[in-house]
Amino acid sequence: MLQTAPRAPSDDKRWRMVDTRMRRLGFSPDGLIEVLHTAQEAFGYLEPEALDYIGASLGVPPSRVYGVATFYSHFTLKPKGRHTCVVCTGTACYINGAGAILRRIEDDLHVRPGETTEDEEVSLLTARCIGACSLAPAVVLDGRIQGKLGPDDVMNRLEQL
Amino acid sequence: MPTPLTPVLSATWDARDSWTLDAYEKQGGYQALRTALTMEPDAVVALVKDSGLRGRGGAGFPTGMKWGFLPKPDGGPRYLVVNADESEPGTCKDIPLMLASPHVLVEGAIIAAHAIRAAKAFIYLRGEVVHVYRRLLAAVAEAKDRGYLGANILGSGFDLDLVVHAGAGAYICGEETALLDSLEGRRGQPRLRPPFPAVAGLYARPTVVNNVESIASVPSIVANGPDWFSGMGTGKSAGVGLFSLSGHVTRPGQYEAPLGITLRELLDLAGGVRHGHELKFWTPGGSSTPLLTAEHLDVPLDFESVAGAGSMLGTRALQIFDETTSVVRAVLRWTEFYAHESCGKCTPCREGTYWLVQVLRRIEAGKGTEEDIEKLLDICDNILGRAFCALGDGATSPIVSAVKFFRDEFVAGTHTPAWELFPYERSTLFAEVPAR
Ligand SMILES: Cc1cc2nc3c(=O)[nH]c(=O)nc-3n(C[C@H](O)[C@H](O)[C@H](O)COP(=O)(O)O)c2cc1C
Ligand code: SF4
Ligand code: FES
Repeated sequence: MLQTAPRAPSDDKRWRMVDTRMRRLGFSPDGLIEVLHTAQEAFGYLEPEALDYIGASLGVPPSRVYGVATFYSHFTLKPKGRHTCVVCTGTACYINGAGAILRRIEDDLHVRPGETTEDEEVSLLTARCIGACSLAPAVVLDGRIQGKLGPDDVMNRLEQL
Repeated sequence: MPTPLTPVLSATWDARDSWTLDAYEKQGGYQALRTALTMEPDAVVALVKDSGLRGRGGAGFPTGMKWGFLPKPDGGPRYLVVNADESEPGTCKDIPLMLASPHVLVEGAIIAAHAIRAAKAFIYLRGEVVHVYRRLLAAVAEAKDRGYLGANILGSGFDLDLVVHAGAGAYICGEETALLDSLEGRRGQPRLRPPFPAVAGLYARPTVVNNVESIASVPSIVANGPDWFSGMGTGKSAGVGLFSLSGHVTRPGQYEAPLGITLRELLDLAGGVRHGHELKFWTPGGSSTPLLTAEHLDVPLDFESVAGAGSMLGTRALQIFDETTSVVRAVLRWTEFYAHESCGKCTPCREGTYWLVQVLRRIEAGKGTEEDIEKLLDICDNILGRAFCALGDGATSPIVSAVKFFRDEFVAGTHTPAWELFPYERSTLFAEVPAR
């Protein structure tokens, strides 16, 4: 090897998942998005050290890594809460009451979309139409789609998480 | 009256475990692949051309013709890319299709790859739909196990590697050239055309990009013959398609019917507009297609007729709004979406959508000025035809058409807030707290 491979930022075991993914993709620069997916799955968000390490390993300049990480709305550079609640604010959900659900969560949990509650329990996110319009209003709690719920039902389910 | 419903793609959706390979084969699945593999690739292309199948991803470009555009094989790689990014507001057909019957897409992709002589194919799936991602991965693994994918498929000598790729949340990645950049690991921004993907697509190699529903339509065309398909639908809009109904409708969902069915017929099937209310406006093909109103209930939903009515068939995403809906509010919501999703590559769209939102917010709040309506139309005029890709053009569609049909509501925005004219809780299922 001509150059020494970059070292993982820490000995946290989760880096191994990222390393495995990069190895499977042959350290190819086109694999950047896949690797960012894996890193975010492992750590919950993309910290600056992760971006540097992945860029260096794949031979992608930091400007491009940062560009890609901030272009796609799935990637987040801030830590997330233990649970995530995504409220769909697409058209069908909106006219079926997504606004009321959102406001209820904001008021009861004192959190705004894109933020995490102070106790780091719940991250609140909004999404454009998630393709479940016939279940409108749709809410995704920890990765599971829940349809046709009113604000009270959503609060109940959130408490049960 | 016979029902106009014609389930082809959706025929097996409610079968037990419809997504498994066993269930799919029980319904005759993968027989079309066997037939196609006995045919010369060019014969498959000709068959799809004869069927009259037009792209189901919005633009309606003839699928067989697109395949025929690829240059002659030169020994280098060629690619098939299935566009499964489905993100157009109101469009919900590809995702249910892949969830209920992923194998019809896999089978279609193998046949299409054989036809264009591609040894590698990708399904570019919208990143948010993790449940569909898992299902597609499982379907691909099952197909590989049974010899439908991999080397020397069914002993035909044809090899295919099919990769499911998850996007990461960007509407623009549905645009085919932005999608290719995204597949290459970059930000998804549209490319200058020409060269078209057929000549220089993924990694600058010949590439076909097709919508999920287009590719999923191929197995039934191979199985039943091109005349069966072209015998359905109207004139230049052959075959059946999935219509997604949402909004103020009694039974929202996917309805599969021949192109040329009308909204009136579809509403009959779907139990009509929300009880006690009447139709105010609707989109024929998602939010990027100009709005239509109750006077267009009998327009045949095929490419030509909808164009004749001043709109576009698009993705057949019929979003229904009743008389409680503020058109200003609806249009503002869409415009906020476009402003957020604008990729920023070209100025008319990046800046234009930002300003459209500012002006629409004023009008919604009842603080618009006399000049605001003209300003809206002027900004739209400066985007339309000057934007780098169709996202910018699409952003202007709802606004221009809304002003055309409901100018009064925009004029009212110079003195009265939209939430006073149309209290929002009346249009929602649940009581809504007044807007901030
Ligand atoms: C902003 C934008 C978003 C698009 N999104 C999608 C999409 O999600 N799915 C899709 O199949 N086509 C989408 N298209 C259309 C594609 O560019 C392309 O025309 C289509 O995938 C071709 O497939 P077809 O010929 O089978 O219809 C989009 C176009 C634009 C301009
Ligand atoms: S029209 Fe909009 S989305 Fe398309 S290239 Fe320009 S800025 Fe990007
Ligand atoms: S608008 Fe919410 S799922 Fe389509």
